[in-house]
Amino acid sequence: MSDARELTRNGLWNNNAALVQLLGLCPLLAVTGTVVNALGLGLATLVVLVGSNTAVSLIRHYVPDTVRLPAFVMIIASFVTCAELLMQAFTYELYQVLGIFIPLIVTNCAILGRADAFARKNPVLPSMLDGLMMGLGFLAVLLVLGALREIIGQGTLFTNMELIFGPVAASWELTIFPDYPDFLFAVLPPGAFVGLGLLIALKNRIDSGIEARRAAKAEHVVAGSKRVRVTGHIS
Amino acid sequence: MINTTPTAPHTQRPTSVTRVMALVLAALIPGWVVLVISFSWGYLINPLLACATALVTEAALLKARGRPVLFFLKDLSALVTAVLLALALPPLSPWWMTVLGTALALIFAKHLFGGLGNNPFNPAMVAYALLLVSLPLYMTTRWANPDQWLSLTDTLSIIFAGGVPIDAATAATPLDVYKLNIANQTANEVLRAPIFGSFVAEGWDIANLAFLIGGGVLIWQRIISWHIPVALLGALMLMSLLFGSDADLRVPLSLHLLGGATMLGAFFIATDPVSAATSNRGKLMYGAGIGVLIYLIRTWGNYPDAVAFAVLLMNFAAPLIDHYSRPRVYGHRKAVKGYKRDD
Repeated sequence: MSDARELTRNGLWNNNAALVQLLGLCPLLAVTGTVVNALGLGLATLVVLVGSNTAVSLIRHYVPDTVRLPAFVMIIASFVTCAELLMQAFTYELYQVLGIFIPLIVTNCAILGRADAFARKNPVLPSMLDGLMMGLGFLAVLLVLGALREIIGQGTLFTNMELIFGPVAASWELTIFPDYPDFLFAVLPPGAFVGLGLLIALKNRIDSGIEARRAAKAEHVVAGSKRVRVTGHIS
Repeated sequence: MINTTPTAPHTQRPTSVTRVMALVLAALIPGWVVLVISFSWGYLINPLLACATALVTEAALLKARGRPVLFFLKDLSALVTAVLLALALPPLSPWWMTVLGTALALIFAKHLFGGLGNNPFNPAMVAYALLLVSLPLYMTTRWANPDQWLSLTDTLSIIFAGGVPIDAATAATPLDVYKLNIANQTANEVLRAPIFGSFVAEGWDIANLAFLIGGGVLIWQRIISWHIPVALLGALMLMSLLFGSDADLRVPLSLHLLGGATMLGAFFIATDPVSAATSNRGKLMYGAGIGVLIYLIRTWGNYPDAVAFAVLLMNFAAPLIDHYSRPRVYGHRKAVKGYKRDD
């Protein structure tokens, strides 16, 4: 489990926080209206996830099991406060746009879930890597969903990127459809539900395609091979 | 879907989905014709466009899902969805709105749930609600004015060439006008507006009566049972008598019944056998729920008409209603209510 490649693959794809574990849906659904919001919240979550996983892993021998959850929440809340203050200092407009959803990272189950399921049982380095990969996987889903909703909802892509990247990014806005009548459903949270559902369906489709191909490759019956015959009950 | 040969005596032939859907379409025709005559070509062009879209979308989805395409296309259910949606949309909707709505209805509300017979929500109403939430501007400013006959070329240019209808060609819906104006006028003053015509609401009243007749034919032909429409209209009347008997304060009952989408909703939309409750007692509750909700949303909600939201909300409740309205099984003394809790 602590193999680096395995951790990477799990975090980004096989056990993706948003697509498979379905954790952290509240921020996922609420703030993915545009790419810039998704990126801002995704980065903040990523930082908190790496930090909390590292810290939880460091104290794993000293915290009794019975009080571990309050301890984890304290740690996570501290990191969220750091992230919040940093955003307030360097990306104030984005901080204002994301509003309550930055403090709400504390309640993101993906973070507490990784602390409890992984970091408290594993050494520091694998925990850090796990946090990084889980965070990146979450960020990727946020970005794809944000891009989808921005294109369908407003007909643009990368609006207001200057909120993160400074004045240089003001010209990054792409207008995909000119004269687009805003399609409010995609902008509102219900659109995020449908979008996430479609992304999960797409992931499952890709997985089953890979599985089918692997099965087709593995199931070569060699001429002359014998079959095992099982009779009676298998329990 | 039941295609078994009945045992003798052969008093009736088995119904097929195709026959049911064809009869529903036929029963829609009187109201449809009245709408076209009152509100000009929009109600002819948009439904036809929706039908074409529905056939293409349905075929593509059946193909993608690996189902027999022709077999399911022939059951006409996609056409019923398309026509119901297009009759509910404003007649001067731009073409892409009709196409988008029909495609969304079939993709998201029908085939993603497993196709005909598996949809928990009425597909046409899902699409209508989605469009109403997403594109409020187009859904409120594209209603035709019954006093202004738009020529075919004008209608075509509005629908297909992105033309914006001139102000005289459009009008707010009667329910909307009444609700808005009654805030600072008396009923007599409000009703002087030309949109209310000589009876209840010009164009709308006759269309509603025509839908009522079409619905009567469906009941007579045993395509639908009387329970849902009667409960729906009864509940709406009761609510109006209880809360809205003063016409200077609230929309009068006549306008509730004949001034909006009530009859279309009561006989053609709420009676969708897939998304409605099943038992007769359940149907009564389901219909009454829709009637109450229509009155509540129309009176105290933000939207002038409410059939789509009321139907969708009761679609949500239909499984629960089914759970608590299971009929007495023949040979058993009492009905089994809910599931047994002896585990």
